[in-house]
Amino acid sequence: MRIVVPVKSVPDLVEEIELTADETGIDREYLTFVLSEWDAQALEEALLLKDAGGAQVVAVGLADDPEIDQILYTALAKGADAAVKIADASVAGLSGPRVIRTADRAALLAGYLADQPADLVVTGVQAADDLDGQLPATLAALLDLPHVSVAVSVVAAGGSVTVRQEFAAGRSHELQVQLPAVIGVQSARQAPRYAPITRIRQAQQAGGLTEVAVSPRAAGAGLVVRRMHRPEAGGHAEMLTGSAGNVADQIVGLLRARGLVKG
Amino acid sequence: MNDEVSSNVMVLAEHTGMQVSEGTYELIGKARELASALGGVTEVVLLGRRAVAARLDGADIVVSVEHPALEEYLPEAYEQALLEVLAQRSPRLLLMSNATIGLDLGAALSVRWDAPLAGYVSALEIDGGAVMATAKILGGKVLAEVELPGERGIVTVLGGAFSAAAGQLASTPEVVDVTPPAGLDALRMSLRQVFEADGGDVDISSADMLVSVGRGIESQDNMEIVLELAGALGVPLSASRPVVDAGWLPKTRQVGQSGLKVKPKVYLAFGISGAPEHLEGMRNAELIIACNTDPGAPIFGVAHCGTTVDLFDLVPELVDKIRG
Repeated sequence: MRIVVPVKSVPDLVEEIELTADETGIDREYLTFVLSEWDAQALEEALLLKDAGGAQVVAVGLADDPEIDQILYTALAKGADAAVKIADASVAGLSGPRVIRTADRAALLAGYLADQPADLVVTGVQAADDLDGQLPATLAALLDLPHVSVAVSVVAAGGSVTVRQEFAAGRSHELQVQLPAVIGVQSARQAPRYAPITRIRQAQQAGGLTEVAVSPRAAGAGLVVRRMHRPEAGGHAEMLTGSAGNVADQIVGLLRARGLVKG
Repeated sequence: MNDEVSSNVMVLAEHTGMQVSEGTYELIGKARELASALGGVTEVVLLGRRAVAARLDGADIVVSVEHPALEEYLPEAYEQALLEVLAQRSPRLLLMSNATIGLDLGAALSVRWDAPLAGYVSALEIDGGAVMATAKILGGKVLAEVELPGERGIVTVLGGAFSAAAGQLASTPEVVDVTPPAGLDALRMSLRQVFEADGGDVDISSADMLVSVGRGIESQDNMEIVLELAGALGVPLSASRPVVDAGWLPKTRQVGQSGLKVKPKVYLAFGISGAPEHLEGMRNAELIIACNTDPGAPIFGVAHCGTTVDLFDLVPELVDKIRG
């Protein structure tokens, strides 16, 4: 079974997000980028499928994504069999400070998958910078494949996969899905494995990233971003200040006033 | 097939058996407002059980499709049925929840119905005939104001963004039946089993107070200090999704869209940034006290009290003072 895992980088949300001067995009120049957390979960689920039954796992990113080499080498270090970068210079308007639209990303990946078909595509259910939709369903619609998102378990079963799909308040459905299919992973069956730095270095030294050019599928109608801005800082919270001890006193006072702490 | 676009606003009803989700009423309320601005009416798509129509009285029209494959939610069956409904009814706008069903189907319908989609939407209005949406992206740290150009669009809406009361009216909608498309008999997926919520060891939704922890706790070893605080207070420990996904607490302790909704007297949030999906699960707590070193964290937008003191300094102090 050939499993393709599209991966992408997103701004590290621990940091302050900078916007472009025209306030219609985020400024990528000074931001730190990390692997999208849901893609990390998807990669883990793909590696668990490989562990269970000998699948071939291929991590695929876009060459224009920040930190993509590091992300792909890390995927190799974790156990992916191949890593591919899609050169996206062929798509006008993709480079520059803006985040790549999910629709354009899907168009490129659909072009890649048309050339190099997969039995199963497993990717993050969403990404922090999604705005115009999520990758799994967009990609599946472009390729006319069955798809399931918010998956918390994907297990191979002959020419199909058994997928657990999660809903609010802990309900879930178990589905049988014919392959080929696209699955959007919410969380893997276990926490993503760790790649030792020595193994990542070995992967870098071995090279092993393949760069390919593709013919993207046509992307659909897009949104017009009028303006981006930050929400008002602080909102309506009353900020407690002082030393940790002072703040702790104030919090304990609030709890005592409600009878939730004795004394 | 109807090529003429109507001015109607359509909502996909989410229901489990006969139970309609709160979010459906929130969407219907908003749809009524938008339809009125556009000069159209509110249509609600009801897939599966036609009898649920009696509970969708905020709708002007209920569009029902019945087929055995639609008895429970099944992604491909819902997608095919919705495409049929969209082709026949040609609404101006389709509203869906930004939860599992919206994440599952919204983007696929955007491609297949050829309509722009705005996701993670927390505000929505008609401005001079144009559909304008505000999306919360990047964990709620950025608000994007977008226009959905063209004659039709799809919007997936965050839970709690609009009033549910506005979608619950005493009226009797007209029910229109749509013949199920033939594709429903040739699906590439099937439902094998439905799992109800697993009770777990503690019911966090019935606790008076919760100590809740997020990504800021950094490691499993550090969980010890918040466990100690929860123990000192005699209350359960809950968490946001990243902590549960990392395997540091069971799923039954997760607060938020994919976890549980809680409404304790006091919600103590440590190291939780406040992504929209988390806020959806706890914003109705009576008193929210948030601790996060990032003064720009969205959690402070819903918290009543907040502090930027490091949780690793604050939590041990709290434990000492509570233990006396």
